[in-house]
Amino acid sequence: MTDPVPFRPYVPGTQPAYDSPEYRSTGLRHPKQTLVKLAHTVTETTGPQFSPSHFPPRADLSVHEGKIALGERIIVRGRITDEDGRPVPHTMIEIWQANAAGRYDHPGDTHDAPLDPNFRGDGRVFTDADGWYEFVSIKPGAYPWRNHHNAWRPNHIHFSYFGPGFASRLITQMYFPGDPLLALDPIFQVIPDEAARNRLISTFDLAVTRPEWALGYRFDVVLRGRGATPMENP
Amino acid sequence: MPAATASQTVGPYWHLIEDKTWADATRFGATGEKITFTGTLTDGEGALIPDGCVEIWQSDPPASETFPAFARARTGIDGSFRIVTLKPGPVPGRGNTQQAPHIAVTILARGLVKALFTRAYFEGDPLNANDPLLSSIEDETRRATLIAHPRGAGIWHLDIRLQGGNETVFLDI
Repeated sequence: MTDPVPFRPYVPGTQPAYDSPEYRSTGLRHPKQTLVKLAHTVTETTGPQFSPSHFPPRADLSVHEGKIALGERIIVRGRITDEDGRPVPHTMIEIWQANAAGRYDHPGDTHDAPLDPNFRGDGRVFTDADGWYEFVSIKPGAYPWRNHHNAWRPNHIHFSYFGPGFASRLITQMYFPGDPLLALDPIFQVIPDEAARNRLISTFDLAVTRPEWALGYRFDVVLRGRGATPMENP
Repeated sequence: MPAATASQTVGPYWHLIEDKTWADATRFGATGEKITFTGTLTDGEGALIPDGCVEIWQSDPPASETFPAFARARTGIDGSFRIVTLKPGPVPGRGNTQQAPHIAVTILARGLVKALFTRAYFEGDPLNANDPLLSSIEDETRRATLIAHPRGAGIWHLDIRLQGGNETVFLDI
């Protein structure tokens, strides 16, 4: 039986280290033992596939029960590819974020900023056959957190991707261009490689912007590609 | 070609995308041997983690229209999670080996800058002895952190310790 083709290892420096002391909550939650290397088997190379029939899309976060949320309406559009530049088609993307005032519709969020009854802050979209996705939302506000004195999170949107296999799972955050808080944010700064870090910043895109309606931002994401197994090397 | 996009923490508010029905992988009408997979998440001081996200994936039984082979659950105030799924059987390993029945587990939480991966095997399964991953872990105490214990009919329990004494074996995949 042929062994499944594994996902390729992450490029050094492009992923954060579990032990990242500037982000204080990592302190008691990062493993101290060396991780056990596992050559990918069918368990890691395959993964959940979600169909819109079981998991209905929700591509407009700016409207809730027919009522329009407060804040600056935005369109986010982008393409999901793998490390070989191949589009990742029909893959599910989950989205969640704070409202325009910087408050999450979540019981754990006690920030003294108003909730918006017309904004829940969760979405779900699928890429098309060419890896493209798009959704409409409200630009999330910045908010304080208690990591250190006067700590503020930059405006950001959370994303969850599954990709083609268990080992291609990715959770990340999208940021906005020109945000002065990025340089001060231990969560953004946790990624060692500057270029890899900056790829989490969306770009303003006039081609995505809809006249008289909403600003557009482009956010492309790359999921792990497959690498040849040693046995398959010449 | 660019490298894979960098990971960021799931944060404390991921529950906005939580759908509690997702904790039951059999909800679309799957048939087979149903099991309940329970456990707790604890941190380096033994404190229960109340805001974690536990996801499972299994390559057996194969995913189908009635069985996504995937589930997601939150940990509660008591750090515990509860997932319903079908009991997996053995699957092939690399190089003509056989893997003992197992569930692949993903842990996401505030304070985790990227996902943690581990596995749950089943105590008493005769195939555990020859499982390639279990066999590769020489320290018996470490190996035991991957074995779920029976807790009554159809219930399997695994405590997952992110750090410190008897830390769970996490996988570099």
